[in-house]
Amino acid sequence: MTTPDPEPPGPPRFLDAGEAALVVEFGASVDPAINDRVLALDAALAADPPPGLAETVPTYRSLMIHYDPLVLARDALVAAVEDRLARRGALRGRGRLWTMPCCYDPALAEDIEEAAALAGLAAAKLAALHAGAAYRVYMYGFAPGFAYLGGLPEALALPRRPSPRPPHPPGAVMIGGGLAAIGTVPMPTGWYVVGRTPERLFAPERAPTFLIESGDTIRFEPVDAAAFAGLERRAAAGEVVAGRAA
Amino acid sequence: MSGAASGPPVLRIAAAGGGATLQDRGRYGAMRYGITPAGPMDPLAHATANRALGNPPGATAIEVGLGGLTVAAEGAPLDVALAGGAFRIEGDGRALPPAVALTLRPGTTLSIRAGRSGAWCYLAVAGRIDVPPVLGSTATHTRSRLGGLDGRALAPGDGLTVAEARAALGEPAMLRAPWLDRPPGTIRVVLGPQDDAFAPAEVAAFLDRDWTVSPRGDRMACFLDGTPLVHARGHDIVSDGVAPGAIQVPGQGLPIVLMADRQPTGGYPKIATVIGADLGRLAQGQAGTRLRFRAVSHAEAVEARRAEAAALEPPVVLEPVVRTAFSSEFLLGRNLIDGVVG
Repeated sequence: MTTPDPEPPGPPRFLDAGEAALVVEFGASVDPAINDRVLALDAALAADPPPGLAETVPTYRSLMIHYDPLVLARDALVAAVEDRLARRGALRGRGRLWTMPCCYDPALAEDIEEAAALAGLAAAKLAALHAGAAYRVYMYGFAPGFAYLGGLPEALALPRRPSPRPPHPPGAVMIGGGLAAIGTVPMPTGWYVVGRTPERLFAPERAPTFLIESGDTIRFEPVDAAAFAGLERRAAAGEVVAGRAA
Repeated sequence: MSGAASGPPVLRIAAAGGGATLQDRGRYGAMRYGITPAGPMDPLAHATANRALGNPPGATAIEVGLGGLTVAAEGAPLDVALAGGAFRIEGDGRALPPAVALTLRPGTTLSIRAGRSGAWCYLAVAGRIDVPPVLGSTATHTRSRLGGLDGRALAPGDGLTVAEARAALGEPAMLRAPWLDRPPGTIRVVLGPQDDAFAPAEVAAFLDRDWTVSPRGDRMACFLDGTPLVHARGHDIVSDGVAPGAIQVPGQGLPIVLMADRQPTGGYPKIATVIGADLGRLAQGQAGTRLRFRAVSHAEAVEARRAEAAALEPPVVLEPVVRTAFSSEFLLGRNLIDGVVG
């Protein structure tokens, strides 16, 4: 079997979202190459923002640019985007690699038995598969610090629950809909909680407030309940307990 | 009444019907991390109440919903201003017009109750409501428990300390703010970003049909009832960014307009986006309000935004309240379809 050549990247589509937001759309699917282009434009605009640009929101496949149209005309914004896209060397460096401690003990991983049964696996096998993968941080959404992670092994691609389960605890490591995520603010969820990390991806009183960036990579490192408790005390005191490589 | 004998005055919440929150202009700069902007549902009314007192337009004020609110000043008199929908306002037992500024003296109360039209009313205080900003903003987002008072709605007994308080108004004065008289009816939109997820005939139907504001709405979204729209090819898209006023159409086909507490990203096609100048007016529509959408160009939307910004540039004029103006005629006349306060 041969793999078809990837389609050469075409120019993005510019779509208005009202008069104060512009969507620069690079594709319609969840694809690391498309996400790379989104993040490259995001970085190039951050390095040299046109006056009137308010903030940008990178997603799987597009960059939303919020702007003040009384300061920055739409045409001038489109021209600025085309200029940043044309500049070579604006490509973003590779994201950072994080090692995130994760406890898969059912006492903390409330749904691991249920998820394992649905996947036709033993809970320990689910944990091993989950911890063996590398996850790309595609985008944030849904809740503060709630990052959508790609790279979940096929065997763990369970559909989301038909109706949400009660709020997950902070630090819940979840799977659902073919993706992985780390919960922050406790909220009801349709995902399965298969682990818990002591790390806080969002801590308003800490610098950095948000630990990871879109484009970073996360690996989960299994820890037992005792180690989890120790790490959680350190995280509660404001320490970053995840490991990080450039 | 006890209360601080010295120190800054306090605005005390005497009664709260739910849905009253502290809001500044909103929490911007961290949408990329999943942070909802929040901020006022009707930014124009919020800014008007602040400007009437000489505050910056985006200063922290209380947003009052249909549940109403009663407040009292403690420690020292406070100048306050109200602007928004046609709520029923009573100061010290006396009926006041819905857009009004006055000095609230200790021992008297100000009550704000839902009225004939409008869904949100803003109570601004001269000076600075002293709550700690979170990520640069005091805006309350109850869903993620950020901002305001521990991320929650105001409750009876809460006290808001007012720094740099002023009390110079004396007698109640009406706000001359004709830009707040925005009859419901036609809401302007810019089509997209996913109008191509619908056949042209469905986009036309979206613009031709009457829609009714559903009672299900909250600060996150305005739900509309009517004849469902049909997607051209499914209702799931890969999540992308969400702008204020985005009109998403989920599987059942009824439009949902995303408001101040929207999530920064979402996964349903967005047929159109309500223009900035009309979003507050839509927010003021009580359940049952009928409306239509009209597509305008990007340039027209920018022009409307420019006109709104210009209205707020000069100081808000305060006029003495004439006693006869409190007749029910006055209250009924304001903010209704033909209502003009002259």
